Amino acid sequence: MTERQPEAGRGGLGSPDQIVAGLREVGYLPNERIASVVYLGEQLAKPVLVEGPAGTGKTELAKSVALMSGMRLIRLQCYEGLDEAKALYEWNYKKQLLRIQAGQSDQASATWSELESDIFSEEFLLSRPLLAAIRAPEPVVLLIDEVDRLEVETEALLLEVLSEYQVSIPELGTITAAATPLVFLTSNNSRELSEALKRRCLYLYIDYPSVEREQEIVRSRVPGIGERLAAQVSGLVRSLRDMDLKKRPSVSETIDLAHTLFLLGAEEITPELAVDTLHVLLKYQTDIEKAAAELTTSPAR
Amino acid sequence: MEATLAAFIAELRTIGLPISVSENIDATAALLALPIRDRASFKSALAATLVKNSAHYAAFELVFDIFFSGKRPGGDLTAGPDGEAREEDEDGVPGAGQGPGGNGAGRGGIVARLSEQDLNDLLYRAVLAGDRILIQAVVAEAVTRYAGIEPGRVVAGMYYMYRTLTKLDLTRLLERLLAAADARESAMDRRLAGDDYRERVDAVRTEVEAEIRRRLVADRGAEAVAGTLRRPLPDDVDFLNASREQLVAIKQAVQLLGRKMAARLARKRRHRRRSTLDFRRTIRESLSNGGVPVDLVFRKPHPAKPEIMLVADISSSVSAFASFTLQFAYALRSEFSKVRSFVFVDGIEEVTGIFESAPDMAAVAHQINSGTGAVRFDGHSDYGMVLENFWDQWGAQVRKRTSVIILGDGRNNYHASRAWVLTSIRQQARHLYWLNPEPRYSWDTGDSIISEYAQHCDKMVECRNLRQLKDFVEELD
Repeated sequence: MTERQPEAGRGGLGSPDQIVAGLREVGYLPNERIASVVYLGEQLAKPVLVEGPAGTGKTELAKSVALMSGMRLIRLQCYEGLDEAKALYEWNYKKQLLRIQAGQSDQASATWSELESDIFSEEFLLSRPLLAAIRAPEPVVLLIDEVDRLEVETEALLLEVLSEYQVSIPELGTITAAATPLVFLTSNNSRELSEALKRRCLYLYIDYPSVEREQEIVRSRVPGIGERLAAQVSGLVRSLRDMDLKKRPSVSETIDLAHTLFLLGAEEITPELAVDTLHVLLKYQTDIEKAAAELTTSPAR
Repeated sequence: MEATLAAFIAELRTIGLPISVSENIDATAALLALPIRDRASFKSALAATLVKNSAHYAAFELVFDIFFSGKRPGGDLTAGPDGEAREEDEDGVPGAGQGPGGNGAGRGGIVARLSEQDLNDLLYRAVLAGDRILIQAVVAEAVTRYAGIEPGRVVAGMYYMYRTLTKLDLTRLLERLLAAADARESAMDRRLAGDDYRERVDAVRTEVEAEIRRRLVADRGAEAVAGTLRRPLPDDVDFLNASREQLVAIKQAVQLLGRKMAARLARKRRHRRRSTLDFRRTIRESLSNGGVPVDLVFRKPHPAKPEIMLVADISSSVSAFASFTLQFAYALRSEFSKVRSFVFVDGIEEVTGIFESAPDMAAVAHQINSGTGAVRFDGHSDYGMVLENFWDQWGAQVRKRTSVIILGDGRNNYHASRAWVLTSIRQQARHLYWLNPEPRYSWDTGDSIISEYAQHCDKMVECRNLRQLKDFVEELD
């Protein structure tokens, strides 16, 4: 392990404190742990696997890092059935065909081997997100979103990119990253990711924020909202998350509620108002009924 | 430091966290790379490199506290903000504990002279104000006074905890806090403050636990304490004797598992390559490539959706397992279109309807407990009778694509086994599985006739914890 100058580091993002400040500037309020892991991701040149409940700002984190550092964001949205051709690269068959046909009519002089090396050159290569991130001359932020939607077999596709930052193309050879990209993977934990993938990543679990932090988020996202209302909104959401609901309210729904109340001109939440606006937070009728019943009873002992 | 880190990682491995050599190296690299200013950043560096599963985080946290407790026990407040043991996730103020370091000792001195009543008052005020440092000081003092820790005893500290908590009387503390909350004007504020205070009182309890742990570590050393405090990971907790908190964790995991099982079965069904070539569309696609069929198009398969019939024992010998069973059934129901559930003791009844109409799991359990046909005679399970009844009533509905899953311990109270029923079910059904919550070594002991049934099943698996259940789901086809 060579001695590193942590402050000078690989550059872009700066120290954890600077990351906190930078993210705050672009409207993302990180806790210290998030900043540390982002910093480590850059320093150790390792991808960061971000897990947590839906709507806690996993994707937002990658976007904000790109925004604060001015790096380009390349995004790969994962889905079932995603394959090499859509994630890594694809040969432009149509163009290759055209090239061959043009060659035939043109003149017979071009030998087959010339033609072959010609149609398997970079000109005929279509870069998909992963290759694009590798080939980018400047460091970029690569966001691999909802990686848990991939099939287990397809996950293996990512391994070479994530550990070596390179892509092997049989016809061309290996393309290595000019500048190491900053990689974020997000997962909703709908299935367990493979050990091989996890081993290559740093792990960051983003849970629902604490009341204080959520209150701060509300106030930064809904400028002009009163302190009291913001405190009540975050308190209400915390109480709801403690209940046994089908789907617990996410941070983005908290912000929606704050917006709604702000636009309604409310200064504080009464139980009646809370019940009327519950549908902003909860998306199941049974949840709404249950929460309404619990909120309108006097403080539970 | 390196030795402590090595021991720390060894302990995590003993508990069952899968930490590879490369992750170990990463942890060291991370510690070198990150400017370590306090315990929190040290902890995040280790957590990011060593813990790759959120379910393991609690275990990591406990071991971390044991090995790097960060301060000497007994109210030494200079070493760092220790409240981060619980709240570091949200902790945006790393310096919180460092400021008052100088007067920390002085405060400890004052706290030591307080009467029991005053100490409780002080705790009340500290919790009300959310003053974490003061709470720590009070808790440290309380542990010194009440716990009566005997040096050298090899214990996990449950009794010390009990003694301290009786004196601190957290129930009373909560009542006082709630009374204070009642004084607030708006109804909403009262409601929310109640939840807030409950959370804070829980934090006090956690702090007491942490303080006792620190004393134990100071007394006997980290590795020894880690040995006595070792708790299984959520995956390894036995269904039959899980604590309440563990059951909550299991519940959540089971919910996920239902989804995983559904995803797994669905994915297999949708596997493209098995199906036939769609000739027309292949030709159509090839037109844009000058008639060269570059991409082959396959027909989407439309296989029948799998049906599941879940037959669960809910007798008292497996009651803990039964609540989990119902949870599993409920999770499956929300992911599969056709899940039929049956419960039995010495009679059998279909409860699919209850699952359908009840809003949540609690309601389901309530309805099942308040009268179904599961108990017909004396409430001792009779597998033979139940199986025969099942076959008579619903046997005709077991079809080629139905998977039948039986959950139970096969303790038949010396009734006739009537294992032939299983043979018939297996012939008609796609699969017949049996999940047994008992450890394998007690199969066939006493009134268990599990291996007689096992011969007739496609698979008979021991299913005592989440890990085994996960393995079962993984191997499904």
